[in-house]
Amino acid sequence: MTAQTDSTVAVARPASRRARTGLLRDPRLTPQLVVGVGMLIAIALFAILGPLLVDPKMANVTATTPRLPPSAEHWLGTDTQGRDLWTVMALAVPNTLKIGLIAGIVGTVIGVVLALIAGFFGGLPDSIIRLICDSLLTVPGIAILVIIAANIEQMTVEVMALTVAALAWMFPTRTIRAQVLTIRERSYVEVARASGVGSRGLIFREIMPNLMPFIAASFVGAVAGAMLASIGLEALGLGAIQTQTLGITIYWSQEYTAVLRGMWWWWAPPVVAISLIFLALFLTSAGMDRFANPRLRRSA
Amino acid sequence: MTDAVRYVGRRVVQLLLVIWVATTLNFMVPRLIPGDPVAAALAQMQASGGSVSVDTAAIAADYNAKFGFDQPLWNQYVNYLTDLMRGDLGVSLLNPSQTVIAKIGSAIPWSVGLLLVATIIAFVVGTILGALLAWPRTPRILGAAAAPLLLLSTVPYYLLAIILIYLFAIVFKLFPPGNGFSPTTILGPNWATAVDIVNHAILPALSIVLGAVGFWALGMRSLMVGVLGEDYITYADSKGLSPRRIFLRYGVRNALLPQITALALALATVVSGAILVEAIFNYPGLGGLLFSSVLSKDIFVINGVVTVLILSLAFAVFLIDLIYPLIDPRIRHQG
Repeated sequence: MTAQTDSTVAVARPASRRARTGLLRDPRLTPQLVVGVGMLIAIALFAILGPLLVDPKMANVTATTPRLPPSAEHWLGTDTQGRDLWTVMALAVPNTLKIGLIAGIVGTVIGVVLALIAGFFGGLPDSIIRLICDSLLTVPGIAILVIIAANIEQMTVEVMALTVAALAWMFPTRTIRAQVLTIRERSYVEVARASGVGSRGLIFREIMPNLMPFIAASFVGAVAGAMLASIGLEALGLGAIQTQTLGITIYWSQEYTAVLRGMWWWWAPPVVAISLIFLALFLTSAGMDRFANPRLRRSA
Repeated sequence: MTDAVRYVGRRVVQLLLVIWVATTLNFMVPRLIPGDPVAAALAQMQASGGSVSVDTAAIAADYNAKFGFDQPLWNQYVNYLTDLMRGDLGVSLLNPSQTVIAKIGSAIPWSVGLLLVATIIAFVVGTILGALLAWPRTPRILGAAAAPLLLLSTVPYYLLAIILIYLFAIVFKLFPPGNGFSPTTILGPNWATAVDIVNHAILPALSIVLGAVGFWALGMRSLMVGVLGEDYITYADSKGLSPRRIFLRYGVRNALLPQITALALALATVVSGAILVEAIFNYPGLGGLLFSSVLSKDIFVINGVVTVLILSLAFAVFLIDLIYPLIDPRIRHQG
């Protein structure tokens, strides 16, 4: 209840509490969102710059002395097979992000298309799409993905992205469909419809722009879900074994019992990196909820 | 009455659809992707092992005959479905003397036990915590104390599992780092066995609980905030009812119902996470079985575990969906 009054004050007197200019004055710019986006930018910078700063050969098996703890020469030490783990991490983070982004984009695009069909046209297409979505959401995703991944002989980062994209569209479909249903009934859409705007005009000029916050929020969710699924598959040994990703680093550290051998420098970096990525995505999506759902501003 | 019929009808269609997806997936995917899965798996087995001299050609011929790869796809599909209905999931590719269904049968009690206990603990603790976080009279310190738990919910269960093994099995040698029971324990219905099993289950259960508590707390908190904003809460307050009564009878009781539907929806995610936790701990449940069969490319066991997982979860969700309208009358009138 006190939080409620806090934010009302912030809305009423933004200038006095936050003496900033322009966009930064927006009361929706919560610490959550700022920290989340800041972390994402830092992670993205590491993913872009990291591979440029390391010699990819150092991530090959027997590239250097195995089982070294972290030192000035090997910042994160080396693993049992003689890979330099700093190099491995610099290559793994961008690959894992790439899987999440590709699958997130594919899943969100499919989700938006299905949601527009279901929400705008209603009737039978809506029933079918909703039924398939609801059914697939009750299936443990990892089970379906294991079957697909176990049957693919040459796994690559891109194939992994498309595999996890196969189950990345249900949540976007569900949330965006619900929004299409409410936006469809708004008066400005009614006005546009009454003044003779066709279905395409209604969808792209009236409905779509107002969906953007929800699409952005679904996208963040889809990226997180896809990354979670891909890391899970990789940890089971179904990833692109010859490349470096965070899940595959976990797989190797498990395969060579790094935890039991006390080689914390092997398993800890991917665990920390994954945790930071999910934390950043969680904060960002929690922060974006306020853009997407104005009612939350009062109740949270 | 028609509403109820519609509701049940929709759930039945949903159940049938999931069953169809699970079976078709297991049937179609290996056939759609180029290459002969049996030959590939056997080649892999021969290349990696070689200790057991098996006549791979004979096994391959046997499987090809069993699945009738020379027959039209439709016949193969009907064969597959009839086998499935009789509970015949084939035999382990690696160890043909063991049927897949027997392997799964011995793994299920481990998974059900671990998952049931961990999910119930996480649900109860998370729900209470969430309700308290939304309650204005709760001391601020609880909010601060709960923050780390809420953050932990963003970390996948199996990463927590790795951290817990390191902390509580390596640094402090309090619990065993893996497996479901000690190799020296002879499993039997006695006290020593129970202690050993519980001892081994604590770390895997803890990783599921820690990972899930925040999820339930966040859900319950927002439900509770909604309920506490209702007029009848203000009315109950002005009537002079005790805060305790308002909290439990008026608040928690109403917020709890949607939280239980969320349980049905979240079950799939929880099971997905728990499978990986079992893999990390080498637990003798379905997740551990799936992991070992993925490592040895035992495709028949993989298919079997996946089928059983999807089907049993579909039935569980179906049952929760059927029970739910009995506890929440509001649901009966929705389509």
